[in-house]
Amino acid sequence: MNPQKRDRVLNGGAWLFLVVLIAVAVAVPALNLMLPPASAYHVPDYLVPLLGKYVCYALLALSIDLIWGYAGILSLGHGAFFALGGYAMGMYLMRQIGTRGVYANPILPDFMVFLNWHELPPYWYFFDRFWYAAIMVVLVPGALAFVFGWFAFRSRVTGVYLSIITQAMTFALMLGFFRNNFGFGGNNGLTDFKDILGFNVQSQETRAALFAASCIALALGFLICRALVTSKFGKVLVAIRDAEARTRFLGYRAESYKLFAFILSACMAGVAGAIYVPQVGIINPSEFSPANSIEAVIWVAVGGRGTLTGAAIGAILVNYAKTTFTTGVLAPYWLFLLGGLFIAVTLLLPRGIVGTWRWLADRRRAAAAAESERTPEPTPRAAE
Amino acid sequence: MEEPRTTTALLYLNGVTVSFDGFRALNNLSLMVEIGEMRAIIGPNGAGKTTMMDVVTGKTRPDEGDVYFEGNHDLSKLDETEIAMLGIGRKFQKPTVFDMHSVNDNLLLALKNDRRPRATMHWRETLDEIDRINRILNIIRLKPERDRLAGSLAHGQKQWLEIGMLLAQEPKLLLVDEPVAGMTDEETRQTAELLKEINRDKTVIVVEHDMAFVRELDVKVTCLHEGTVIAEGTIDQVSADERVVEVYLGR
Repeated sequence: MNPQKRDRVLNGGAWLFLVVLIAVAVAVPALNLMLPPASAYHVPDYLVPLLGKYVCYALLALSIDLIWGYAGILSLGHGAFFALGGYAMGMYLMRQIGTRGVYANPILPDFMVFLNWHELPPYWYFFDRFWYAAIMVVLVPGALAFVFGWFAFRSRVTGVYLSIITQAMTFALMLGFFRNNFGFGGNNGLTDFKDILGFNVQSQETRAALFAASCIALALGFLICRALVTSKFGKVLVAIRDAEARTRFLGYRAESYKLFAFILSACMAGVAGAIYVPQVGIINPSEFSPANSIEAVIWVAVGGRGTLTGAAIGAILVNYAKTTFTTGVLAPYWLFLLGGLFIAVTLLLPRGIVGTWRWLADRRRAAAAAESERTPEPTPRAAE
Repeated sequence: MEEPRTTTALLYLNGVTVSFDGFRALNNLSLMVEIGEMRAIIGPNGAGKTTMMDVVTGKTRPDEGDVYFEGNHDLSKLDETEIAMLGIGRKFQKPTVFDMHSVNDNLLLALKNDRRPRATMHWRETLDEIDRINRILNIIRLKPERDRLAGSLAHGQKQWLEIGMLLAQEPKLLLVDEPVAGMTDEETRQTAELLKEINRDKTVIVVEHDMAFVRELDVKVTCLHEGTVIAEGTIDQVSADERVVEVYLGR
């Protein structure tokens, strides 16, 4: 009922989300490292990178919600930005292997030696430095989003057409990365990582730290998104989503607003991919597959489009379900289940989980306000 | 490049032609609106009234002809955003407000202000803005609805909110497309009053079907037919014109 309250960067829901996230970021590593495996509260080793993976997906979902939920841009190719961030990190991790590779070449990664390459391609230069890779994690997806968005939004491509070309973008990248001469390991991708910043990626301590880093990245991404959508900029985005022509006639450059949101979203997806790769230990072209991007959109729809927290929650819930169902007897039916889930959410819960929750809360508050409006009416008269 | 014309008119259209797939929506249309004037544009369906507004606001580019604002801005070379920033505001035929924003936020987005992304990111509400919004809420009589979502307003209220948004833009020229469509008689009367009020310090062009409303406005009337002006003058002169009677009643 009170719009001022909802407009604050940190309202009730946002605080709750951050507190839970930080608690998890501390608790999971602590319960994993400090308790003996026999303890009932011990978090098993396999679970830490798995949960870390979910948190990275949540950040990807958040980045999609920023543009889909608030600016109305349905990207069906956001996995491309995630994968590019992942590849940038993968290149750093590859160059850390050094002489420990199968061919023990100090400079060239194994797959290049295997392909009989004698020199490092120029675009692999400097990736042995973490800071450089970290910049590329943000810069490469951001630059692609800039070029793509510049053309698409200026020529006013919207709706289904935009969704289709985002899909084509990720598909084209997938085909490119599958090729050996592209220089990114072909269909095997990049794997067999050894260390990150001098720490063994396989060690339990590193994995715990990576999990905490995932949570911190999600928290920062969430804060940036909240700050943006609660500002006047966010109001303009929603205005563009609901009535783009009207917004232009008011004097706003809709394409600049969309472009900024799109680039920011791509950078966030890139960071998600970069933290994901050391936890799963591999990045290959299948990450670009259009199906991955569509799945990410489903997470957002399930959790609630335009709610931010919902996107993150949706990503974690759907992926938890995926892990559960793809490891048991139900494994062959997972895709049917996912499709069914999407249909069910669209038909029965179009606001998603968090969206429905908020809608119910708003209705309850509106009803209560209407009630209280009726009751105190005689008071001023009585005071007279 | 043509030299900018010097004309005293705020809006100057000369020989404007627009075709869609061979259909001439505007055919050698010429029109001049002076500063401070209120002009009513009438005409049967398909006369080109909305296309004329599209040309003035940059939504449609003319195939031929000149469109000048304030004598020196060639509107045929600018896009919607640039034209809006020059000071031309538009109300659409179908009320178009931001349904998911509150009445207050709809006005806030329309308030004359820096429109660039960087400015909106660092924006903080000022007392002056609250004051300006309050003043407009009083004019359009929506103060009690301030925190309601615009999507939940009644049709007439949405029309008024959109007029309020136009006011908030502080344009020099207001283009108002069918402001009383779907309104009750009482609302129609109030809207006429509101537009007269606005006309005290702004130039207004109203496109309308409702003759009673146009009569109420009591301003110079231009009648369009098949994309061209067929009559201009007071409502009595125009409605006495043979061709106007012919196009309205059929032959």
